[in-house]
Amino acid sequence: MPAAGVVMLIAVVLIVLALVYYLLSTIAALRQITRGLDDAIADVTGIVEKSAPVNEIVTAINEQLDAGVDLLEGLLVKKAGLVDGLALVESVYPGAGAAGFRNVAGSSGLELPRIGEVYTQGTLTLARLGREAPIAGASPNGPALRNVEGGSLAARLLYPEQRQTAPERMPRSPVIGTDAPVQYEQRDDIGKPRKRLPTRTS
Amino acid sequence: MTLWWIGDIVLLVVLLPVVVYLLSGVLKAARSIVPSVRQIADAAAAGSKDLDAAALLVTTRDQVARTVAGVANYGGSLDVILDDAE
Repeated sequence: MPAAGVVMLIAVVLIVLALVYYLLSTIAALRQITRGLDDAIADVTGIVEKSAPVNEIVTAINEQLDAGVDLLEGLLVKKAGLVDGLALVESVYPGAGAAGFRNVAGSSGLELPRIGEVYTQGTLTLARLGREAPIAGASPNGPALRNVEGGSLAARLLYPEQRQTAPERMPRSPVIGTDAPVQYEQRDDIGKPRKRLPTRTS
Repeated sequence: MTLWWIGDIVLLVVLLPVVVYLLSGVLKAARSIVPSVRQIADAAAAGSKDLDAAALLVTTRDQVARTVAGVANYGGSLDVILDDAE
C-alpha cells in the first residue's frame, strides 16, 4: 500500500474515532436529560393532581364567605341603619366604611359619623351580648370581654385609647381627714345643745 | 498520486476539524441542557411538595361552612334580641 493510502486510512480512522467519542458523549447527555424530564413530568403530574380540586373548593369557600358577608351586612343595616352600620364597620376596619356594602347600592362614599359618639350604649350591649364580638375599634386583637355582668372597664377599653389611662388634666379632689394638708375650721356648736329650738309651724 | 495526497490533506486539515467542531457544538449544547432540566425537576418537586397541604382545603371548606352556619345562628339571635334601626 502506498504511503498516501496509509495516511488516508489514518485520517478516516481519526474521523471515525471523533464521531464515536462525540456521539457517545451526546447520547449520555441526552439520557441525563431524559431522566431529568421524567422526574419533572412525574412531579408536574403530582402538581396537577393535587391542584385539581383547589378551584372547586376555593369557589365553595368563597360562596360560603359571601353568604356570611351578605348576612352580616343585612343584619347590620337592619339593626343599625345604613350610615351607622357603615360607621361601625369603619371603626372595626378603618377604610372599609368608605367602600360601602356590596349589596346596598349607593352605600359608598357616605359621610360617616364617629362611631364612639353613636354607639356608646350599643357597643356595650353588643359587647355584653357577644362576649367576643369583633367591635374592638382600638385593638381587635385585644383580650375578649370575659366579665359579662360587670365588665364595664373591659367594654370601655374597646374604645380608642384616650379616656381610660390618659384623661385630661382635671383638678384633684380635696383631701380630707385629720392629716389633710388643709384643715377646715370646725364649728363650735357641734356636739352642743342647739341655741334655738326649731319652731313648729302649724 | 498527487491527487491522493491532496485528498489526504483535505481530509486531515479540513474535514476532520469541521467534524470535530460540529460534534463538539452538539455535545456542548446537550450538556448545557442537563442542569436546566435538573433545575426544572427540582422546582417541580418543590412545587409538588408545597401542594401537599392542598388536601387540607377540604377541612377548611367544611370549617368555613360550620362557621358561617354559626354566624347565621348568632345573627338570628341578634335579630331577635336587638331592636331594628327604624
